[in-house]
Amino acid sequence: MVTNNFEYFAPESFDEAAQLLAKYRDTAKILAGGQSLLPIMKLRLAAPEVLIDLSHVPELSEISSNGDGLTIGSMATYYELSQSAVVQKAAPAIAEAAGQVADVQVRNRGTIGGSLSHSDPAGDMPAVFLALNGAAVARTRRGTREIASDRFFVDLLTTALRPTEIMTQIKIPVATGKTGSAYSKFENKASHYAIAGVAAQVTLGSDGTVTAARVAVTGVSSKSTRAKRTERILIGKEPTASVIRRASDRAAAELQDDLTEDIHASGEYRSYLATVIAERAITAAVERAR
Amino acid sequence: MPNEITVTVNGTEYTDTVEARQLLSDYLRETLGLTGTHLGCDTSSCGACTVLVDGQSAKSCTLLAVQANGHSVTTIEGLATDGELHPVQAAFREEHGLQCGFCTPGMMISVAQLLDRNPNPTETEIREGIGGNLCRCTGYHNIVKAAQTAARSI
Repeated sequence: MVTNNFEYFAPESFDEAAQLLAKYRDTAKILAGGQSLLPIMKLRLAAPEVLIDLSHVPELSEISSNGDGLTIGSMATYYELSQSAVVQKAAPAIAEAAGQVADVQVRNRGTIGGSLSHSDPAGDMPAVFLALNGAAVARTRRGTREIASDRFFVDLLTTALRPTEIMTQIKIPVATGKTGSAYSKFENKASHYAIAGVAAQVTLGSDGTVTAARVAVTGVSSKSTRAKRTERILIGKEPTASVIRRASDRAAAELQDDLTEDIHASGEYRSYLATVIAERAITAAVERAR
Repeated sequence: MPNEITVTVNGTEYTDTVEARQLLSDYLRETLGLTGTHLGCDTSSCGACTVLVDGQSAKSCTLLAVQANGHSVTTIEGLATDGELHPVQAAFREEHGLQCGFCTPGMMISVAQLLDRNPNPTETEIREGIGGNLCRCTGYHNIVKAAQTAARSI
């Protein structure tokens, strides 16, 4: 299989890349690792006229952390994220999820920025990005803005990025106090995509009760979505096994009008799996917070 | 749209003009005649087309030839040195780590990648390391044994 014809550019600076995108806009796609884009182009589900390859733009893969939090270059690969001591320390759920994406070959090339920008309904990174309250740095030739994760995923394969914006970084705020995060999924054995995946971040107060919780579900509906009812049940309570169970039971409660149904699983089954996987992710996050 | 690329494949530098949409797998097989890299599913699932790009395994059916511009590619033809089988190849022969052989080039590249990063993998780590490679003969048992034998001999 081959893709439709297109023109290929490999800019060597951000400004050059942004200029190309400003010129070609909707007819162009940004090529990051290509692990989502090239398969859909080969199936002719996408046929951009122009590809702008970011792999020659320096500094887009840098990972660093300071007092404000973690900053991840959009071109950092899953393999780099899974191996990064900085990520493992500042945001273990990112390293954990990155190590579970697809397979070794895909993790060697696939990038966090590509995953978030593509917004696959079964992607692993979008759920973690939501649970960790991240923000995407979107840049054009003229300026930069940050898009909060809660506003980033708009619909199936659709994000809040504008046609001329390139995601350059992902920011994860520093976790304060006793905070733990985790990602768990039940995967399709062939593709390794999440049939249901849950990312959780839990903060415990000095009395052991949950002071903050963010839980996000992927694979179950058209986009990664926060499970706010689950979060509300957790907050203010001591996270005992029965509280976590009760909270997890609501993991797909807000997705009932938008359940994914395909040959791999019915919507009802996905919905059930979400509750089981939520329990695992939240339990792991609580253990790490303690 | 023609693009000129320079790629080092198995230690030899090649400069060619390719279409932007030419896949690395097709460039290796059709332009360079290196048919050891197999094309199985052509949808990034089976891993038969796995090669190393700058030492990192990648599915060459999901990589454009232009993306390899300036990089170094190792195919199955490049694993052996001076006529001596690579330890992974020797172990696959020793343990009969193949049946029909179609998945074998990609499988061996994935095992080489695994052992490069983790010289003493557990069985679970070996199975995870070849998680992106499918053997439709389902000959995984001897493939895992071959990886274990290769790990001992490196």
